[in-house]
Amino acid sequence: MFVLGTDIGSTTSKCVIIDETGEIKGKGLAPGGAGSDGPYKALDMALAEARIAQKSLSRTISTGYGRNLVDKKDGTLSELVCHALGAHALFPDTRTVIDIGGQDAKILRVGEKGRLESFVMNDKCAAGTGRFLENISRALNVRIEDMTAFAELAENKIDISSTCAVFAESEIVSQLAHGANKNDVFSAVFRSVASRAASLANRIGVMRDTVMTGGVAKNEGVRKALEEELNVRIYVSPLAQYAGALGAAVYALEPLTNDRGKIQ
Amino acid sequence: MSENKQARTVLREIVDSVYRRAWEAKERGEPVGWSSSKFPAEIAETLGLAVCYPENQAAAIAAKHGGQRMCEYAESMGFSNDICAYARISLAYADGAPCEEKPVPQPDFLLCCNNICNCMTKWYENIARMRGIPLIMVDIPFNNTVDVPDERVAYVRAQFEAAITKLETISGKKWDNKRFDEVCANANRSAAAWLKACAYCAVKPSPLSGFDLFNHMANIVTARCKPETAAAFEQLAAEYEQSVKSGESTWHYDENYRIMFEGIPCWPVLGSLFKPLKDSGANTTAVVYAPAFGFVYNGIDEMARAYCKAPNSVCIEAGVAWREDLCRENGVDGILVHYNRSCKPWSGYMFEMERRWRERLGVPVVGFDGDQADPRNFSEAQYQTRVEGLVELMAAANAANSAQ
Ligand code: SF4
Repeated sequence: MFVLGTDIGSTTSKCVIIDETGEIKGKGLAPGGAGSDGPYKALDMALAEARIAQKSLSRTISTGYGRNLVDKKDGTLSELVCHALGAHALFPDTRTVIDIGGQDAKILRVGEKGRLESFVMNDKCAAGTGRFLENISRALNVRIEDMTAFAELAENKIDISSTCAVFAESEIVSQLAHGANKNDVFSAVFRSVASRAASLANRIGVMRDTVMTGGVAKNEGVRKALEEELNVRIYVSPLAQYAGALGAAVYALEPLTNDRGKIQ
Repeated sequence: MSENKQARTVLREIVDSVYRRAWEAKERGEPVGWSSSKFPAEIAETLGLAVCYPENQAAAIAAKHGGQRMCEYAESMGFSNDICAYARISLAYADGAPCEEKPVPQPDFLLCCNNICNCMTKWYENIARMRGIPLIMVDIPFNNTVDVPDERVAYVRAQFEAAITKLETISGKKWDNKRFDEVCANANRSAAAWLKACAYCAVKPSPLSGFDLFNHMANIVTARCKPETAAAFEQLAAEYEQSVKSGESTWHYDENYRIMFEGIPCWPVLGSLFKPLKDSGANTTAVVYAPAFGFVYNGIDEMARAYCKAPNSVCIEAGVAWREDLCRENGVDGILVHYNRSCKPWSGYMFEMERRWRERLGVPVVGFDGDQADPRNFSEAQYQTRVEGLVELMAAANAANSAQ
């Protein structure tokens, strides 16, 4: 038996297919959220990896901002519960999830079995989210994945605003215009994102194990800056970006199985 | 009051009549005032002066989708878009911005009490300057203690007396203590009936949606000194009593959850605000306006003491206690906090309040960003996700409770 979880975000679409034991059988990630062909591409990739046809899927649960815009199949769930379940599936001792996505940053307090206990989310501003990193990458013409390598060579600690994405961007441009070193600037960018997430996290308190999910989790620079800010080790799975879709799949599986993961 | 009209209709007509009387006074050449919502209304009422309420007017304009246009007008006058949207709307109106949504007569004098907030002071000072009219200010210092000390009462009372003298000069009318006593009796009767009506939120299921109280607030703000308001609130309470018996409610959806809605509603997007609440059956059964405007006093000193307390003028201990009592009495399962971009004083201390509620009430608390009157500060998708998260947390807590 196979179930599907889809996470249609603001910038990317993710799909995860699991079997009745909860094992991941297929996954797909494509750029473009709701309204684009991203969700279909991601689904095709997941089906191909699982080597199954769409009709073999027993249940589908959707999450993410675009969840109500796609074919709702068997239900939708907010990404809050999904990220909690997904993080728990990846790291069973998860108690705090830091999820930084394209336009949202959220901190989840997670209980036994991945149950969501409490959460806080960012305000409207894009500061501290993936969108901010994308803007900086575009403005400075450096790929996000290359920023970490630059930041590691930073020598001086400079500070940039963490309260407004637009201000921060112009601050960076003017820092560079005044001769600031690019490496120092990238390190400051990561600290800016991290300090924003850290102040959010401190509002509900950080408990161990702390796990990072969402697209920004891939970014070593942000993760390290966050570890420093919060003084905890932060676990990141190579599947961090799929956490929401995985959680949706886990949720899709729940009514179909008993406690031992067997089909009812 | 007509026997067969529902209380909510009567209440709406009373507010309409406040504005109608203001227009009539203007036509007769009498001075018309603009007043902040918690200026001691008893004073102008005793002198028989017509008064309009810019906060109430701004809410009405925003609900009819004129908020953004008026805010942008004020911004083009040079006011920052960080300023409260009620203030921006009102400043634009005072400057003559075209406004079909809720026309009111332009002011001849201003009554400002900063127990509401300090933005109010600058807002009214600007209008006074723009229109060259007198501003009567009652300054209420922030209450950093739960009780109001006697010297502060004396300070506020002295300002009431100064306001009376100034208004006598402006209007040429004479103060009458007997009339003042009558007006205070009306205000007290309105407040008691308001509290009685609000208390029906504690019944499960509730015979009303807490959002009704936001609408009826217009009466407690603009017409609390009028006997017809007191009578209409008494009728409202009687109707709720009847609804409890017949099992009816103004909330026409399931009541799976009961929440406190903290803050002013986003008037331009009420439909979006309601949608996920309706869909999940989350009824609002607590709003802070009940204790904030339901104050009963005896004599002018107690009146001064009562006006010292408004949502943004009390210390965090008092603010938390107001809400915690409400949440306990009205049995809420969760709290939805509006981080209102307009209202910095109110939103600013919500972070700490949230923390205390989580700890002491043990219910989930979720915040969203929005604005009471400027629709540019609200994102429907973000709001929806946060409400869904709140509902999921309440559902999990209820499931855990029923499993025990
Ligand atoms: S909404 Fe807030 S800032 Fe605006 S007038 Fe009211 S109390 Fe003041």
